[in-house]
Amino acid sequence: MSIVSTNPSLSVDRRSPTPAAVLTGVAKSYQVESVAVEALRGIDLMIRSQRVTVIAGPSGSGKTTLLNLIGCIDRPDRGQLIVAGTAVDELPDDALSDFRAENLGFVFQNFNLIPVLTAYENVEYPLRLVNMPPAQRRERVREVLASVGLSDHERRRPGQLSGGQQQRVAIARALAAAPRMILADEPTANLDSHTGAAIIELLQRLRRDHCVSVVISSHDPKVIAAADDTVIIRDGQRLSATCSLEAL
Amino acid sequence: MTLALALRNLDRNRRRSLTTLAAVVVGTVALLLFGGYTRNIRYGLQMGFVRSSGHLQIQHKDYLLYGSGDPVTYGIAGYQHVMDVVRHDPVLAPMLTVVTPTLQLGGLAGNFEAGVSRTVLVTGADVDGQNQLRKWNDFGFPGVAAPLALTGTAGNAAVIGEGVARALQLCDALRVRNCAASNASRQQGRDSGDRALPKDIAALSEVEPAAQVGGAPTGSPPAGPRVELLAATARGAPNVASLAVVKAESQGVREFDDIYVGLHLAQAQRLIYAGDQPQVTAILLQLHHTSQIPAARARLEQLLATTFKADALEVHDYETLNPYYGQTISFFAAIFGFISILIGVIVLFTVGNTMSMAVVERTAEIGTLRAIGLRRAGVRGMFVTEGLLLGLAGTIAGIVVALILAYLINHGGITWTPPGRVDPVALTVRVWGEPAPMLGIMVTLTLVAAVSSWIPARRGASINIVTALRHV
Repeated sequence: MSIVSTNPSLSVDRRSPTPAAVLTGVAKSYQVESVAVEALRGIDLMIRSQRVTVIAGPSGSGKTTLLNLIGCIDRPDRGQLIVAGTAVDELPDDALSDFRAENLGFVFQNFNLIPVLTAYENVEYPLRLVNMPPAQRRERVREVLASVGLSDHERRRPGQLSGGQQQRVAIARALAAAPRMILADEPTANLDSHTGAAIIELLQRLRRDHCVSVVISSHDPKVIAAADDTVIIRDGQRLSATCSLEAL
Repeated sequence: MTLALALRNLDRNRRRSLTTLAAVVVGTVALLLFGGYTRNIRYGLQMGFVRSSGHLQIQHKDYLLYGSGDPVTYGIAGYQHVMDVVRHDPVLAPMLTVVTPTLQLGGLAGNFEAGVSRTVLVTGADVDGQNQLRKWNDFGFPGVAAPLALTGTAGNAAVIGEGVARALQLCDALRVRNCAASNASRQQGRDSGDRALPKDIAALSEVEPAAQVGGAPTGSPPAGPRVELLAATARGAPNVASLAVVKAESQGVREFDDIYVGLHLAQAQRLIYAGDQPQVTAILLQLHHTSQIPAARARLEQLLATTFKADALEVHDYETLNPYYGQTISFFAAIFGFISILIGVIVLFTVGNTMSMAVVERTAEIGTLRAIGLRRAGVRGMFVTEGLLLGLAGTIAGIVVALILAYLINHGGITWTPPGRVDPVALTVRVWGEPAPMLGIMVTLTLVAAVSSWIPARRGASINIVTALRHV
């Protein structure tokens, strides 16, 4: 396990010259009632490409906020954010939606599958957003469902699947459009330890097989142990580069 | 996918969707049935006017405004020539069903045996032409119109309104309903005793039959009640016709019923023009279809401005001649408009409320879809599609229900007496065979449903993704 440098220029992945994400002085605050809460306070960070990076930290540390910014579903108040080589903070809303559809996949803590769609249709949905032709789409959906071990469940709706199976469908959906990066927010939080471990193993395998960067926010030590890189944050700031698991 | 997703989302909250659909269905049924009812009234009124006075009338200029009761000044002298030209005009001929003349005049009708008289409005009609007019049935109303009561009668026959019959104390002889003679009239009758026709009037009346050579329809001499009709001739002299009343007929409108006297055209012309050239006050033109009025009118105006320029004639349509028609249509249109707005608002709020609840319930889903790349427009499209589907399904179901109800009403033997009519008619709602209002209501309510879902859809699309994902 290595710790990501606070200086993006020092941590360039030589095997894949374009970093998955580069954050420079990124800050984000929220208004909670009348109080402004600083979730991130000027973070500098580089996420290396095609690695499993875990953003770790205690509850309220800002790890989900950081993940949301990297996932382009939130915008920083200040600082610069480059994802997959694109300065995303300058993109208008529709372009940012297209960017997410083409480059990013999401796995959520609560799986967030569309309940009225079957497993097949849930996985197919992002492919429709990138206008993939139907025949190619069918092939791709079956391929990714097979890669998460759910070929036999494609006609089932989320309500007919177990938590682990739903998370596998969610991973298949995240993987479907061949994104450059998958972002997973506490993907094992609602699963038992055995299933959680299986999901992490699956993400690692998919990272290898599909050459995709995986960024996970978690405070689960098992998840952190499985990471290639770890970013540890607390109170909206990165801890030092020498930070270790014990620091958590 | 958007359509399938919308359908499944509607099915997800089946009860709520069905409740919303029910509101749209009820709205559609109400609009179609009331629209069908008012349409039937409109068609019925139009048919009544077109059957009695044609689609268009050629009159002397200003007769409509100033000439009523003055057939001398405002008569059309060469009316036969005008009718011939119109009938044989290559543009008009294919559109025409009937061209027939009529003459209206004011007079004094008297039952001198009873010593009573009253002012009347006399209509002289060509019986064959009038009977042809009565065959017009462009809207497919059931039944056949009865022929004019003057059909097959002698040249001096007359039909009077029931009000005239009452005033002239002819109720018993003409079997008029609700016509017990008033105390005043009984007293007047007793006072008059066997009072005979005044000598001067009788003298005028004796001259009149000789004029029947002038072409009055022939028939068996009628027996029964008689009235004397006094009018001023073109030369200003009084003239009297002794008429055999064949029937007292209700005219539907009390004011008209109290003054109506119908005669054969020739009889009416003799009364006014005596030995002079007979004239008429209007030439009635009936067309195959009401929609032909603009074309026929344009051609007539062209003819009147050229061929008949010297005759100072003008043309009017049935709506101008019968303001009651326009007033009634406006009245029903106002009610229909009010009901339409009411139903539109109900649909607007019902669908809007359903969509608002859907947006709130599916906020996390909106966040998920937005996160994986769906644009804001995609979110809006999703909810608007649901609104459209609700509107479309509701209106289609509403049309089916309205068709069934219309069939049941039309075949249920329900009757009513419309204003201006005497006899009850079958209650009819015209929904079957009327695709335009169906389509109009379907499109309008579906659009209302779409618009009402647009507002919550817009709100859903504008939710911040992170906030939406946190939504429980």
